[in-house]
Amino acid sequence: MELVQQLFNGLVSGSFYALLALGLSVIFGMLGVVNFAHGAFYMLGAVGAFVLLDTLGMSWWLALIVVPVVLGVFGMALERLFVARLVRLDPLYNFLLTFGIALILQDVVRLRYGVASQPYPRPALLDGSMSLGLFDYPKYQVFVFVFSIVLSVLVWLVLTRTRVGMIVRAATERPELTRSLGIDVRRWVTPVFGFGIALAGLAGVLAAPMRAVNSGMGGDLVIVIFAVVVIGGLGSVFGSVAAGYLVGMLSAVGTLYVPAFSQSLVFVLMALVLLLRPAGLFGREEGVRT
Amino acid sequence: MIISRLVAGRSPIARIGLLVVGLVVAFGLPWFLYPPVALDVAAWALFAVALDLLLGYTGLLSFGHAAFWGTSAYATGVVAIETGLPFYVAVLAGALVAALVALPVAMLSVRRTGIYFAMVTLAFAQLIYFVANQWRSMTGGENGLQGIPRDAFGMDLADSFYFYYAAIPLILLGLFCAWRVVHSPFGRVMVAIRENPARARALGYPVDRYKVQVFVISAFLAGIAGGVYAVGHGFASLQEVYWTTSGKVVVMNILGGMGTLWGPVLGAGIIVVLEDYLATAGIDAIGVVTGAIFVVTVLVFRRGIWGTARRLLRGRDRTAGTAAPTVEEEREGARTTVHGGG
Repeated sequence: MELVQQLFNGLVSGSFYALLALGLSVIFGMLGVVNFAHGAFYMLGAVGAFVLLDTLGMSWWLALIVVPVVLGVFGMALERLFVARLVRLDPLYNFLLTFGIALILQDVVRLRYGVASQPYPRPALLDGSMSLGLFDYPKYQVFVFVFSIVLSVLVWLVLTRTRVGMIVRAATERPELTRSLGIDVRRWVTPVFGFGIALAGLAGVLAAPMRAVNSGMGGDLVIVIFAVVVIGGLGSVFGSVAAGYLVGMLSAVGTLYVPAFSQSLVFVLMALVLLLRPAGLFGREEGVRT
Repeated sequence: MIISRLVAGRSPIARIGLLVVGLVVAFGLPWFLYPPVALDVAAWALFAVALDLLLGYTGLLSFGHAAFWGTSAYATGVVAIETGLPFYVAVLAGALVAALVALPVAMLSVRRTGIYFAMVTLAFAQLIYFVANQWRSMTGGENGLQGIPRDAFGMDLADSFYFYYAAIPLILLGLFCAWRVVHSPFGRVMVAIRENPARARALGYPVDRYKVQVFVISAFLAGIAGGVYAVGHGFASLQEVYWTTSGKVVVMNILGGMGTLWGPVLGAGIIVVLEDYLATAGIDAIGVVTGAIFVVTVLVFRRGIWGTARRLLRGRDRTAGTAAPTVEEEREGARTTVHGGG
């Protein structure tokens, strides 16, 4: 009973991991860039929702649309201005660039809003709890889980069933070949980067009513996301999402049995994956990519 | 002219000149800087050079080196507090513990390369951070480990000025080790692995074993630096194992110029002095400043200060044959096509 409840908690926190890992993976697939600023954009999503509520009184539902769009545009501008300049070099340079951007974004928010957490109320429609048969569970958490699943499936459908998705997948897996077939891969790079950032911002807005909203909320999280995508196989969209939920459940169950080390379990799992299946649970050997 | 010869560092005389300048700076530093700051510069310089062995010479970006600096800071502190041995022994013991921790981390991390290596080392460092946070009986948790003594053979080291001179031999020894490693047959293999791992493997070098060895040596040297830092400050805190510390030592390398040994030393000096200046001036925006240095250096200045200076100066007198290409040229050339999709 308690275990089932913890598993459900795990699915909810896994929803955030999944959305963030999904964006990180899509960006990596398309650009070969590991975006260190992903956690910072998650933080900006949550802080952005707070600022819009605080200054304009914008409702959470509206913020759920406005914030990701704004951050997505911001992300596209970053890609054009900075990331694109380094994309032809060793991917480590973009890793370092986005690390620098993450430090700046995080510090700017800290300077403006301090380190204390800002309160964000749950939307009225999702307040209270509902019965899940075995136990009562907060409505909002149920919504987060369902929403992230729907979103992941949607992204999956776009990638597998549409022409845009076909191009993105082809460009991800065989960039040279795709171009030689006369497809302008470059056209899709900036939108895909913006889309990944928008997903991170969306996760942030989702997190605002249930997590502490502060400048540091993305800093540690992005490292967990790195472990998640190493476990799932970076560049594998399905692997990232699956590993996200898996890690969420693992940590939640860990709080029952080894509370002191529940945060460390994800890294232990990563070590095991590296030992037994270095390419990740759902990944291909990295040699194939290049 | 003299300076240009020194930085270009091609002739033996220039090399010796550079060494003399370096030693003069090392021994004169507490006269120019507030002694605790001078000690920070020395400790971070060794830390940055330790990372350079991996990043600049072997082509492996460890984004989790705080793990070894911090592990040694704690281990040094525990040894010094519990045994009361001279701090030299405590620091060496701490560095040894760091090297022992580094061994399994290295063996797992070298299973991935490139960007994955950076992510994996970062994740392992975070694991060590969580362990340090939870193991309160050993590390003091969020309070840190306090009251690390500065004892050595009954010398009075309470004054940071004197402690600097007691500690600098350890730092210089560490720097000498790094220099020896780079200028040895082993060091040539490191560079070969950086330039072309497949060819190094084809020539019969066990590439992964070399990587693990460099990693452990690097962690040991980072451990010496972390131990000296902990003794100098009298405490070790969670900050020492946090990812921002890993990022700070990377920015020192990038800013100074990776793969040059002198560059990371310079980078460490600049960053430590800059941080001290900002703190004294009451400007509380170290993240913005460090982040901006990252962004600007990576975008327009990828060779770093030392690398750029050396390139400019060597470019001026091309008479003595073709200069060896730097890390940067080789890497850019070799990998331009990797992500051609962008």
